[in-house]
Amino acid sequence: MPEWKKPLPTVSGETRPFWEACRRGELLIQKCNSCGEYQWYPRGICANCWTSDIAWVKASGKGTVWTCTVTYQNRTAGFAEEGPYVLALVELEEGVKMFTNIVQCNPRDVKIGMPVEVTFVQATDQISVPYFKPAQ
Amino acid sequence: MVDLSRAAAIVGIYEHPTRYAPDKSELQIQGESAIKALEDAGLSKKDVDGLFTSSSTVRMSGLNLADYLNLYPKYVDNTSVGGASFEFHLSHALTAIAAGRINCALITYSSQARSGGVSIGTGGIGRFGHPVLEPSPDSFEELYGFTTVGLYAMIAQRHTHLYGTRPEQLAEVAVAVRKHASMNPYALFRNPIGIEDVVTSRMISSPLHILDCCVITDGGGAVVVASPEVARSCKQRPVSVLGVGESVAHQGAGQRDLVYIAARQSHGSAFDMAGVTHEDIDMCMIYDSFTITVLTTLEDLGFCEKGEGGDFVSGGRLQIGGGLPVNTDGGGLSSNHPGMRGIFLLLEATRQLRHEFEGTPRQVPDCKIALCHGTGGALGSRHSGGTVILGRD
Repeated sequence: MPEWKKPLPTVSGETRPFWEACRRGELLIQKCNSCGEYQWYPRGICANCWTSDIAWVKASGKGTVWTCTVTYQNRTAGFAEEGPYVLALVELEEGVKMFTNIVQCNPRDVKIGMPVEVTFVQATDQISVPYFKPAQ
Repeated sequence: MVDLSRAAAIVGIYEHPTRYAPDKSELQIQGESAIKALEDAGLSKKDVDGLFTSSSTVRMSGLNLADYLNLYPKYVDNTSVGGASFEFHLSHALTAIAAGRINCALITYSSQARSGGVSIGTGGIGRFGHPVLEPSPDSFEELYGFTTVGLYAMIAQRHTHLYGTRPEQLAEVAVAVRKHASMNPYALFRNPIGIEDVVTSRMISSPLHILDCCVITDGGGAVVVASPEVARSCKQRPVSVLGVGESVAHQGAGQRDLVYIAARQSHGSAFDMAGVTHEDIDMCMIYDSFTITVLTTLEDLGFCEKGEGGDFVSGGRLQIGGGLPVNTDGGGLSSNHPGMRGIFLLLEATRQLRHEFEGTPRQVPDCKIALCHGTGGALGSRHSGGTVILGRD
């Protein structure tokens, strides 16, 4: 496994189930047992109805590109040396939008509305990062 | 609600001329600005009873500024919502003055982003010189290499997709603002540019080129806001606060459409309070972190329909002499941008309403009412919006 130079997430009580699922190759999102709404990013309360009765559910891992940009400049370690990459908001089938990169394709080929699916890259023993790639 | 319109006025201003000041301290630039702004008003240190400030680098900025200036204010507010902080401060100062809590508010700001080598737009995790990787929500953004410019570029891309907005239309904003900068001796960049220069400049994050992005400078300034009673004794013609509005916009748990920005919520109360309509506005100071910021802000302020911003800004409409002059000081795109530019919107609007440039091409003719709108944070993730309407009575 090559050395991971990019930022790593802070795993907290709120997000531990999410990162543990990523290691298994599963993308989890939260759904409120009380109001039924999905939410992204993960948090300890339901952002809609403010109850704490939230469940982790497995997302289909499929979605579409809601918006994207090819970024040519970022001084952060791990990105500074990487060359152009795609920042995107992907709208999951479940209806929530999450930040990600679109990988395994030419950055200039990524378009809004494009179907994409989740893929995981192991960063460390503890962390696998979910990305999205063009749907097969 | 208590009628806040005209309950306070801007009576003193100062924009620090520096764009690069490595030998000064952040608080020194604010101190120098505060002294000059009070001089401008004909007031003194002992008149100040409210202190308003915000900083990306000074912790507990209201407390540390009071210490540096040796002030004992009875009202301190370091509301920090990014570049719009100073529109929020003016709004809060208006309320505090109307309530009788204070009579004279001092609002100050400075930053040394340029001498500190801060990559505001492209620094990613290190953009303010310290990590912003926090448990939530940033741990789900920084690991993907999100930058400030990237977050704005995503909104520009979505806007383009939905409404057919073209790079040449975004460029109109940069061209108009640079033309104004050419009349400002303190502006960082003063050489005129054309649309072709913008759209052929280096791409930073598609569709935003380097000339779609604001400059990075040092700088600072101060605003003195006073009750109508105090204002009557001041040296300068007061500029009344007619209306204010505040709002935030964010991801809404992953469900919000961020093409609609905070200006959509903040402008209504500002117009209602002021009792004016869009036709009454003689000029605007719109936070121009990037060209897309201006285009989409004008839409969500209601100057045109959503999606029509590209056509609206075209044909030189934003230039002095056009239909709606915007950023007549050269804006963040060309004059200065130390990181949180909101205070400079208030400074230039006040200069225009005082008719400080009368007899020169920089003066908006017969300028009576100006609108300022600050945006703080990033359009693509979470941001603040502060609208202020000012009037020459």
